[in-house]
Amino acid sequence: MLIARVIGELVSTQKHSSHHGRKALVVQPLDLDGSNRGDPVIALDAVDAGVGDKVLLVTEGFSAMTSVGRPESPIDMAVVGVIDRLDIHEGSAPAPARKQDNS
Amino acid sequence: MFLGRIVGRVVSTAKDPALTGQRLLIVQPVKPDLSATGKQLVMLDAVGAGAGELIYWCRGKEASFPFLPAEVPSDNTIVGIVDELHIDELHGERPS
Repeated sequence: MLIARVIGELVSTQKHSSHHGRKALVVQPLDLDGSNRGDPVIALDAVDAGVGDKVLLVTEGFSAMTSVGRPESPIDMAVVGVIDRLDIHEGSAPAPARKQDNS
Repeated sequence: MFLGRIVGRVVSTAKDPALTGQRLLIVQPVKPDLSATGKQLVMLDAVGAGAGELIYWCRGKEASFPFLPAEVPSDNTIVGIVDELHIDELHGERPS
């Protein structure tokens, strides 16, 4: 599972029938320090997440299909949770360095 | 799933019988700002996409599921044609 942020929505009418009735979200995977981790991806929504939410993203077929409730369908990514809070223990490896706050 | 744009097609005669009748398209992966990212891929089409269209595709074993019960050997398949993309200015990628 990855931590990610929902940055947009995708509108499609001509798509596989298993995708009908599910929101397709544009999701940016994140590192622990909040920086972008690779390019944004398209994931179906299993938890009614919205733009701006920090979410849990699964990037494997079985878990994505199961969470969306569409077995044996072409779904390889899904948003399976909305993150309320992240607690990162100070000094615990391999968390990347925190951004310095000079304010 | 990932975003991409169709940039070509492949013609193949000698191929796995399960691929007969399938369209093999060449896709350039793109970011939400529609700039290219990574290298082009060949993939099957499950939705009737055409040249130049913005699409999204599915990767892995799931890519063969649109064709069930036929067991089509595909590791990347186009599963939707993109009509619109709404990217939030605050949270989306800003062009550098």
